[in-house]
Amino acid sequence: MTRLTKDLIRNKWLYIMMLPVLAYYVMFHYVPMYGAIIAFKQFVPAKGILGSEWVGFKHFREFFDSIYFFRVIKNTILLSFFNLLFGFPAPIMLALLLNELKSSWFRRVTQTITYMPHFITLVVVAGIIRYFTLSDGLINDVIAFFGGERVAFLQQPESFRAIYVISEIWQQVGWGTIIYLAAISGIDQQQYEAAKMDGATKFRQIWHITLPGIMPTVMIMLILSLGNLMNVGFEKIILLYSAGIYETADVISTFVYRKGILEFDYGYSTAVGLFNSVINFTILLLANYFSKRVSQNSLW
Amino acid sequence: MNKISIGERAFDVVNVTIMLILMVATLYPMLYILFSSLSDGNRLIAFDGVLLWPQGFSLDGYKAVFSNETFLQAFKNTFFVLIVGLIINLSLTSFGAYFLSRDGLLLRKPIMFFIVFTMFFQGGLVPLYLIVKAYGLLNTLWALILPSAVSTFNLIIMRTYFQALPKELEESAFLDGAGHFTILFRVFIPLSMPVIAVMILYYGVGHWNSWFSAMIYLRDQELFPVQLVVRNILLDNDNANMIGTSTLQHSQSVAETLKYAAIIVTTAPILLLYPFLQKYFVKGVLVGALKG
Repeated sequence: MTRLTKDLIRNKWLYIMMLPVLAYYVMFHYVPMYGAIIAFKQFVPAKGILGSEWVGFKHFREFFDSIYFFRVIKNTILLSFFNLLFGFPAPIMLALLLNELKSSWFRRVTQTITYMPHFITLVVVAGIIRYFTLSDGLINDVIAFFGGERVAFLQQPESFRAIYVISEIWQQVGWGTIIYLAAISGIDQQQYEAAKMDGATKFRQIWHITLPGIMPTVMIMLILSLGNLMNVGFEKIILLYSAGIYETADVISTFVYRKGILEFDYGYSTAVGLFNSVINFTILLLANYFSKRVSQNSLW
Repeated sequence: MNKISIGERAFDVVNVTIMLILMVATLYPMLYILFSSLSDGNRLIAFDGVLLWPQGFSLDGYKAVFSNETFLQAFKNTFFVLIVGLIINLSLTSFGAYFLSRDGLLLRKPIMFFIVFTMFFQGGLVPLYLIVKAYGLLNTLWALILPSAVSTFNLIIMRTYFQALPKELEESAFLDGAGHFTILFRVFIPLSMPVIAVMILYYGVGHWNSWFSAMIYLRDQELFPVQLVVRNILLDNDNANMIGTSTLQHSQSVAETLKYAAIIVTTAPILLLYPFLQKYFVKGVLVGALKG
């Protein structure tokens, strides 16, 4: 008997317990991964995945040559980039400020309130954004009050990125502080005492003690965000966008959704999605590699 | 010494001010929705500017929500998905976590890799859709439950928790002749209530918020969950069938407050519950972060 059969027999109940979990991963993750080979086929539902004809890289070439290629790549990268640029530092700064609050009661209230939007469903957040940015909505009422001109923000391609990023920060900044606050609470208090003795100001304490103290956490969070760089929150975009603003709002995943689910162009949309997955995975590996070299922090 | 304390005081004042502004910016949109939902529809339509209190007072929006068949059916569907989904989520996640936290299994590492790999690479939306269709789940509520039966992230959180339980527990239970299922249900789960609470919250919120799978997998309106119905009301202005009133003016007025009432009805349960559950959520984030 091999070691493996012995192991399987001795621990049969454990493996039986694991069976439904493995079945789930096979059925809903690995079978779709296998299904992704239709990216290289002319998929005809009647013929099935296996029976459909191979077409090689035809769908990929079609995508690279299409007028949409540049637009969706640019939109995905820009939206992610702005979201990272403003959205990533925001919870770090808020955590630093929360940490300096003297009254623990006030701090708790601030935390509870700023965590709240995290629990509002995306559908509702999108509804709120839609109503607030209407040309007779709240924001425009305020603009008009100060003598400005009313603008239908959600119909305007040039406003979309700002709307996306600002609402994202509104919803997630408080929740994002949790992990940094935990990191801050792990910093040795004696360092602050020593710094105060030397006459270091608040800013210098934050700069020289708190920030370096949470740096490993910041790096890990940054790697994770970079790994998700090409995965912009596409549910939110689908809720908010309209054909008039595809110019800035249409990203890879929304394009895949429209082509695949709405227009039944299965092979083509799968190719676009696969292209996106491969890029994501590559970016994650690169980010992890660099972080390992530069700061010894890595995911694995 | 004195100089520093002045500087520090200025810092504190600025800091508290920033926090107050932030709280107002966070709360106001929510209050605006609440005030609008309680307002008289006609006065709300005519109103311009910053709403600081309901315009008039009317519960017509709420009445329209609660007397509507589509909405009530949607609540039933969501509760079905929530309850059945949670049972499946929790059983599979605890099975997986128990297995992955055991020592001395030859296949543990390969299986762990097999599972974690799915966090970083997926087949994509369209293949998943085609597979769900091939399994015959299209246009059934199972399409909202089975494809998300296990969240790898949650599985890892739970495994981390199980790993931290003392090894002697398992050994002494074994000596008493207990099998793995007995140990899991009688020893591990009772000791893991905090992490079980986190799981219920995470999976539960996930089911409650989910609308996209419903939009792509379901065709019949009788199957729609709450979020999809709310989406249709908020974004497609699909409320014609929601209001059974006589005059056009009255129906416009109700349509206006109905939207806000629908938001409140679907958001309030979570927001009211959440301050009491905050510590569990926070715990979840932190346990998850340890082994990201």
